[in-house]
Amino acid sequence: MGVTQIRMKVNGVTESLDVEPWASLLDTLRERLGLTGTKKGCDQGACGACTVLADGVRINACLALAVQYDGSEITTVEGVDHPLQQAFVRHDGFQCGYCTPGQICSAIGMLAEHAAGMPSAVGASGLTEDEIRERMSGNLCRCGAYNGILDAIKEVL
Amino acid sequence: MSTEVAEAGRAEAVRQVGRPADRFDAPEKVTGRAKYAAEFPYPDLAYAALVHSTVARGRITALDAGAARAVRGVIEVLTHENAPKMRPLSRLNLGSFVKGTNVDYLGTDQVHWNGQPIAVVVAETPEAARHAASLVRVTYEELPAKLDFAAEEPHAVPQKGNAIMRSAADKGDAHAALAAAPVKVDLRFTTPPQNHNAIEPHATTAFWQGDRLTVHDTTQSIAFLRKHLAMRFGVPERNVRVLAPFVGGGFGGKGMVWAGTLLAVLAARATGRPVRLALTRESVYHTVGGRTPTVQRVALGADRDGRLTALIHTSVARSGGMPGQVTAASRHLYAAETVHLRQSLVDLDLLPPTAMRAPGEAIGTFALEAAVDELAWELGVDPIELRMRNEPERDPLTGRAFSHRMLREAYALGAERFGWRERDPRPGAMRDGRWLVGMGVATAYHPSLIMPAAATVRLGADGTVLVRCGLHEIGVGAATAQAQIAADALGVPLESVRVEVGDSDLPAGPMAGGSAQTASAAAGVLAACDKLKRQVLALAGPPLRGRKPEEVQARDGGLHVGGSGMTYAEILAGAGRDHVEAAVKAGWARFLARTARDGRRWVRAASGAQFCEVRVDADTGEVRVSRWLGVFDVGRVVNAKTAASQLRGGIVMGIGLALSEQTLVDPRTGRVVNPSLAEYHVPVHADIPRIDVHYLDDPDPTTPLGLLGVGEVGITGVAAAVANAVRHATGRRVLDLPITLDKLL
Ligand code: FES
Ligand code: FES
Repeated sequence: MGVTQIRMKVNGVTESLDVEPWASLLDTLRERLGLTGTKKGCDQGACGACTVLADGVRINACLALAVQYDGSEITTVEGVDHPLQQAFVRHDGFQCGYCTPGQICSAIGMLAEHAAGMPSAVGASGLTEDEIRERMSGNLCRCGAYNGILDAIKEVL
Repeated sequence: MSTEVAEAGRAEAVRQVGRPADRFDAPEKVTGRAKYAAEFPYPDLAYAALVHSTVARGRITALDAGAARAVRGVIEVLTHENAPKMRPLSRLNLGSFVKGTNVDYLGTDQVHWNGQPIAVVVAETPEAARHAASLVRVTYEELPAKLDFAAEEPHAVPQKGNAIMRSAADKGDAHAALAAAPVKVDLRFTTPPQNHNAIEPHATTAFWQGDRLTVHDTTQSIAFLRKHLAMRFGVPERNVRVLAPFVGGGFGGKGMVWAGTLLAVLAARATGRPVRLALTRESVYHTVGGRTPTVQRVALGADRDGRLTALIHTSVARSGGMPGQVTAASRHLYAAETVHLRQSLVDLDLLPPTAMRAPGEAIGTFALEAAVDELAWELGVDPIELRMRNEPERDPLTGRAFSHRMLREAYALGAERFGWRERDPRPGAMRDGRWLVGMGVATAYHPSLIMPAAATVRLGADGTVLVRCGLHEIGVGAATAQAQIAADALGVPLESVRVEVGDSDLPAGPMAGGSAQTASAAAGVLAACDKLKRQVLALAGPPLRGRKPEEVQARDGGLHVGGSGMTYAEILAGAGRDHVEAAVKAGWARFLARTARDGRRWVRAASGAQFCEVRVDADTGEVRVSRWLGVFDVGRVVNAKTAASQLRGGIVMGIGLALSEQTLVDPRTGRVVNPSLAEYHVPVHADIPRIDVHYLDDPDPTTPLGLLGVGEVGITGVAAAVANAVRHATGRRVLDLPITLDKLL
């Protein structure tokens, strides 16, 4: 089967790539572009370690095919410059750090979703602690840094 | 490390130690620059994928790799028919200590568990490797297999003990005392298998140049892994370099050497290419052991005042891997008149279990502490009060002194902070709308160990310090903690200390296990700092010349005696030196002698009091943990920020153990049926409330700096505290984990 040429803007840089149609966005970022900041924890949409922003929307890069994102703007943790990062350091929002890029990208996407009026199962009126927990529950942290992550997110509200 | 050195270290380490310093590695982790084992680029890198057996026990009669080889980009398919042979394990080699299993991967046609790797595909892309792996066709001659833990439990055999891990104990006639006791409970608990599920799956990148091997591996045992690989591939140890600057969580799952690491190295050797084997989550379940299931009996007899007259705790677990210490806490927690402890094991044809965070203690404390709570219900006594009535002055079985014991203080502080007095003791009495509210407590307990560690400390003429030790940056803030320790020992600012970790070319660090990494490395680093100061003093002029390290104060970037002193820069400049360096070696003989000696003198452990509040949905039985507080005696705390995170992390994993985690093994086939994070439920953000962590921060008098270890004590007692809170909320005692809603309906 042939390859397809795609163009994506990744962290502000336009990349032109020949990809096989089955190549995931995650593998393309990590193995082709060397952007290993985006992590692979399950490769099946269950952990959130691979979360990136595609045109500002958080997605699981492991569940996305690279060809679907032809013409998109992708932001990975390497392209993030946000007060959240310092807040994660201050509040110890991680231990091993493997889930961290996904948590950070996810939190940025989550704040945008909330600002755009996207509802959640909690249904609180503002971003309460329970709202944040609910909306961040797609990002697992086996080190159990959930308290620190919550505090970091609250700090940038 | 001598006691004198420990004393000297304690006297000086009061400035950086204890501070909540930010992690040194934090900037790399929040920007994506931290590189893990599968992230090191090599030109010409090839990718590997595993083929797993689909039967539990048997022999491979035919293996057809034709379709796999035909996939575009496939370089090689390695099987037992064509793979180079690995050397056998040797009992005499310390590297054997970290074997995950006894199986000779790709060296045999025998299958020992369902999921055993039986072929490796190497290809130009990860997609080609995975696709081709799915095309390998295997036929087996199946053999009968023992797969059902519950069915085999009656055939358990006694677990062997050793000097550090004991497995049986008796004091008096506990069975007679139980029979005669006016108040008693006799309960049978079960706990399921579990998996570590570090978010970074196991991964290895291996590269041979002639007979020199470089391995990037996600490991908790850099030094042992190097020995192990040298042994299995028949090369001198100095030819093997293991690099692990960052490890994405381990919890015991990366302590041993599992198939993925060996097969990546083997594939690199067979193909002459650098090879990366990043396991799929499913492959991790099939090749890396998890926590053993257990069946436990705890029987307690008491007089009417609640004083324990009999304590019986027996366990059945699986054999293989590290034998857990399931009944360990029952040796030390209660002053029972009679005691009977036994641990036994069953053999199964499954992937062997391995250590998982507080291997025996996490599940052993579930049974013991739930039984104590149940006894409190029987007696109508407050569960904290019952524990205090049975709090021993000395170790109950041996009569030895506790090096440190602050459970009374932990419970007193915890009860006050948690609002224990507001607890209405009647079951189901505290209701909040549809939610039944319950409060429970349990004791946390984990033995404290110090392992051998080598380290070097180098002091530059500019006043900077470089500490080198092959530690594991697995999430505990290893470099940061040792920098704080060295900064105090030498009297320099934290910013001027750099710590190199994660490389087998560094002086060998301890394993990241047994809650021992920080204290073990501290012993090495403090001894090296002491040696370094001796060297500096020998170079100095008056008034420092001829002084011993104990006689001088290290502060303000130099050494001082009385009112006067000199900076390191001055001393080194005066002596015409651009640096001074001191090294200490890891002494295994000394370690064994010291461990044996200490064990005869003291019982040493980290401990704590866990307080839990749950809300149980009165209609559905859903359990939510709504509040948590833990008060811990972990000796001195090196870094208040990272220690709190580790303790919280243990509690979070304990909440998973209590409520949601279980690896489901099909008893007919031996296959794990939920090998994914979608079907094995680890706690998520929404499951975890505020976790309030306190420590008593009182140094243990018998360890360097007074450290007792924080990595595992946090998970102990957690499942019992949850079960006890559920008992209070609902009146129901759940004896088998996890406490899923069906068990409350
Ligand atoms: S790797 Fe994508 S969700 Fe886990
Ligand atoms: S920091 Fe280790 S998994 Fe979140």
